[in-house]
Amino acid sequence: MIRAALAGIGVAFAAAPLGCFVVWRRMAYFGDATAHAAILGVALSLAFSMSIFVGTVVVALLMALVVSILSGRGYAMDTLLGVLAHSAIAFGLVAVSFLSGVRIDLMAYLFGDILAVSRDDLAVIWGGAVLVVALIGWRWSALLTSTLNEDLAYACGINPKREQLALTFALAITVAVAIKVVGVLLIAAMLIIPAAAARPLSRTPEGMALMAGLIGVVSAIIGLRAAYVFDTPAGPSIVCIAALTFLVTSVFKAVRPQR
Amino acid sequence: MSLVQVDELCVTYGATPALSHVSLRIDPGEIVTIVGPNGSGKTSLLRAIIGAIKPFKGQVSHAHDLKIGYVPQKLHIDETLPITVSRFLNLQGGVTSTDISDALTQAGVPELEKAQLSQLSGGQFQRVLLARALIAKPDLLLLDEATQGLDQRGSASFYQQIETVRNTTGCAVLMISHELHVVMSASDRVICLNSHICCEGTPAVVASAPEYRALFGSGTGGALALYRHEHDHGHDHADHHHQHTKVVE
Repeated sequence: MIRAALAGIGVAFAAAPLGCFVVWRRMAYFGDATAHAAILGVALSLAFSMSIFVGTVVVALLMALVVSILSGRGYAMDTLLGVLAHSAIAFGLVAVSFLSGVRIDLMAYLFGDILAVSRDDLAVIWGGAVLVVALIGWRWSALLTSTLNEDLAYACGINPKREQLALTFALAITVAVAIKVVGVLLIAAMLIIPAAAARPLSRTPEGMALMAGLIGVVSAIIGLRAAYVFDTPAGPSIVCIAALTFLVTSVFKAVRPQR
Repeated sequence: MSLVQVDELCVTYGATPALSHVSLRIDPGEIVTIVGPNGSGKTSLLRAIIGAIKPFKGQVSHAHDLKIGYVPQKLHIDETLPITVSRFLNLQGGVTSTDISDALTQAGVPELEKAQLSQLSGGQFQRVLLARALIAKPDLLLLDEATQGLDQRGSASFYQQIETVRNTTGCAVLMISHELHVVMSASDRVICLNSHICCEGTPAVVASAPEYRALFGSGTGGALALYRHEHDHGHDHADHHHQHTKVVE
């Protein structure tokens, strides 16, 4: 239980600042596509018996790069992501079925299995989370400037393409560490919901990232507790608490519209 | 030494040429305006100067340690991104609160420091963009149709502010504008662009160039007439021009 809580907190910690950028840059669907590709990563890792973390990071990164390369070549972004995200998950599921001899619990990857987090998993999750937060913290100003306006970034001597790559890399790592906690289908929720819930309470980008982190961590702890008390699945319970927080802050915003 | 030197610049989008063999230089302290019809490559030229697009041929060189202040054509702040004016001015860090209030005062909006960016009016927003460009104390200010969406009065006072800034800080200004009458009065040099440079020189030279007339036709007759009219009267009345502008339009 302690390990599960620590795992949840680790994911929330990494997802918060990254989630803010996903929301600001309107990349929600992009996050989804990267997360869905991870199931293909899981299948490939099992087939080649390598670490699932490495497999998912590699496939998620490839997915993100393919999207970046193909975007602006004749298809609208949402069409492209729709094609790639769902193809990736379909190919992943088919690939998993080819793995003879290995009975894997697919549900664990689709919806997470936070209660089965091992000591090693925890090390990977926290290692990944620290890496993501450090990367985003390091590139923060440049990322923020590129998010506001690409030409503004160029004029300041920042290459927005490079910043986009850093963000893509952070996204791939977050997906890989979150797969155990909330599963492929709900990773995007951990990115977007805390950030969206934090928006009405914030006046600055930094404030929003911190607030998103707080909401994510609190959701993880309360969600796990609720899962234990009501005997509900842990990952979805965490997301439900985050969604309820979003509801509360949205009402708060409606009541105090001057924010 | 020029601040920016553009040599034989060619830019293409796919197979479509946007700029061909454009050469120009910007010297310290001058105000240069680029005019030209839609799709004539004005924005491409500015974006090539800041390094946002790679030249197909030719090159763009900057003076050593050149600091550019860029005011984009429009900047969309996503509603989901909370940011105050003072935070926006400190995007790159290392800016003191005195710098922030100085820059806002220079841009003519000292009272907006604590405001949320997403709640500013069009005119306030453009001035905040100007303040942001000024805060790094640039050697060169680049403005891409910075008065888009402002009314006549708003844009006239915006350009006045630009001239004041140039006079107090000595920075050079390179701007794109559609407002020919303003351009003609406030610029030291005008470049008329239509994929290539059609003509350039002082406002008077450009206004009488046949290439310029061919491009802008009779639709701008008013602005031209106004300009020449003003010159007939000489330069002795400082605000003479602005009064006339309002009457004519």
